Amino acid sequence: MISKRLTKSLFSRSNLRAVIAIFVFLVLWEVGSRSKDWFGFPMPWVGHVPPPTAVLVAWYGLLGDPGYWQSWYMSTLRVLAGFLAAMVIGIPLGLFMAVNKTFHGIVFPSFEVLRPIPPLAWVPASIIFWPTQELSIAFVTFLGAFFTIVINVLGGAKSIDPRFFQSAQSMGSSQWDVFRRVVLPATLPSIVVGSAVGMGITWEVVVAAEMISGGGGTTGSGGGLGFFIWNSYVGGSYEQIVVGMISIGIAGFVCSELLRKLGGYLTPWLRKR
Amino acid sequence: MNANTQNQSAVMSDTPKPVVKPSEIQVKNVSKSYGAGLFEKQVIKDCSFTIERNKLTVMIGPSGCGKSTLIRLLAGFEKPTAGTIELDGKRITGPGRDRLVVFQESALFPWMTTHDNIMYGPKARRENTKQNRGLAEYLLEKVGLSAFRAKYPPQLSGGMQRRAELARAMINNPDVMILDEPFRGLDCMSKELMWEYYSGLFEESHRTNFFVTTDIDEAIFLADRLLIMSNIPGQVRETIEVDLPRPRRLAFVFDDDRAIAVKMEALSILHKEAMKSFSGGSKAASDFVEAYSKRSAAAETAEQ
Repeated sequence: MISKRLTKSLFSRSNLRAVIAIFVFLVLWEVGSRSKDWFGFPMPWVGHVPPPTAVLVAWYGLLGDPGYWQSWYMSTLRVLAGFLAAMVIGIPLGLFMAVNKTFHGIVFPSFEVLRPIPPLAWVPASIIFWPTQELSIAFVTFLGAFFTIVINVLGGAKSIDPRFFQSAQSMGSSQWDVFRRVVLPATLPSIVVGSAVGMGITWEVVVAAEMISGGGGTTGSGGGLGFFIWNSYVGGSYEQIVVGMISIGIAGFVCSELLRKLGGYLTPWLRKR
Repeated sequence: MNANTQNQSAVMSDTPKPVVKPSEIQVKNVSKSYGAGLFEKQVIKDCSFTIERNKLTVMIGPSGCGKSTLIRLLAGFEKPTAGTIELDGKRITGPGRDRLVVFQESALFPWMTTHDNIMYGPKARRENTKQNRGLAEYLLEKVGLSAFRAKYPPQLSGGMQRRAELARAMINNPDVMILDEPFRGLDCMSKELMWEYYSGLFEESHRTNFFVTTDIDEAIFLADRLLIMSNIPGQVRETIEVDLPRPRRLAFVFDDDRAIAVKMEALSILHKEAMKSFSGGSKAASDFVEAYSKRSAAAETAEQ
């Protein structure tokens, strides 16, 4: 019964379409980058990109390389550290700004001035301010998710229907009870959305920060996926550049998907019936 | 005639039902304005009426006559500018569980299942007792939502949501239930079913109820007493005792001569108030209204 349903969902029309689309994309890429050998002239742009088969070969060679996995590990660790810190600080901050007018009045102006500064503009400053390179990368990563999470939580908590508070009050709820059983669940969808968007930004930021700061590991290849790409570029291995890029794509996709699953689990009332 | 005895056999009797307190609300010379100085707008002016004990009082009036404002005052979410509101002789100063409000459209918590929504009040007061859990089961059964106990509000139909909301209010055993156009937005079939349903619930306990609406058929079907509001600033223009027998049934109520007479009486008062709001002090508009009233009065006498 379950296996039947699983097969059905795995081979659903939309999944099939996705697989075919990716396959066609790879074929076009392969043909495009081999056009000089096959047809005698290079295609514009794709003509200079290594073909997917060459990338796969390079990838296969890297699977046994601990340096490659070390890069994965370092980047993931930084993303998780920055992201979790952003959630732990950002969610309470957003909620508190939403419920307390005075606090909102004090914090919000400076928050709004700092928010438009792109996280990458913080890189030089954080390298100077933080004692270790590791901390400065994690800090920039944190900033990437932090502002997005706070602004989503604040917006979500502020747009709660006032009738919910009135009903809760007239049924005898205490203030803490209203916060716990009305404000928190009503804001949860915005927390999930803010986190998912923040997670995406975190991956963008960590890679750039690693490229700029030049990696923080003890060995040359221990500086995360961003440094891995940069190092491949310096070393002239174009296949490895593409391997690094696709790795980041996969990592970001998996993280977002996990968050979406977790978010769906936490907000069952939003599921389609 | 006592309606209670008739429906008793259909009611589950193993759950001890809480005793309903015969409460009365008195609104004395209440005024409410918003804004100050030049921008002051008076919404309710020197309004007095009584929500009598054990009766279903329905308030009807043109839209924008201050009905919703009055409800916020009765609930205690806002305070009157002048005058007092008393529940059993005690002045109302803030929200309290002795008066529960059922809002326009649904104010069920979308993140809670039907059952958890109904249990919200008891849990909020740390009264998650066996008796209250039993009462929740009884009410779920009563509003016909036992099979939907684990569904979330967005998964329920409009009529189910209103029923769940009635149950969520009743479990708190309020002294007075205040309903602000609770069936607005339902299609006319479910609306009529809800009328029979709601009046059945009322007939069972005869809890003091205050029901606000803009729908004249709804008002006459439900009311023991009908309060007709004036145009803004709101006042009670007229009180009509609707002495139709209970339990009320749709087919019966709209065939009854007395019901039709009440409806005509209420409509003519409402009509005058609506005309006032239509003309709004303009000479041309009030001339039109006068001419229109004469014409419709002539048509009425011709009919009779």
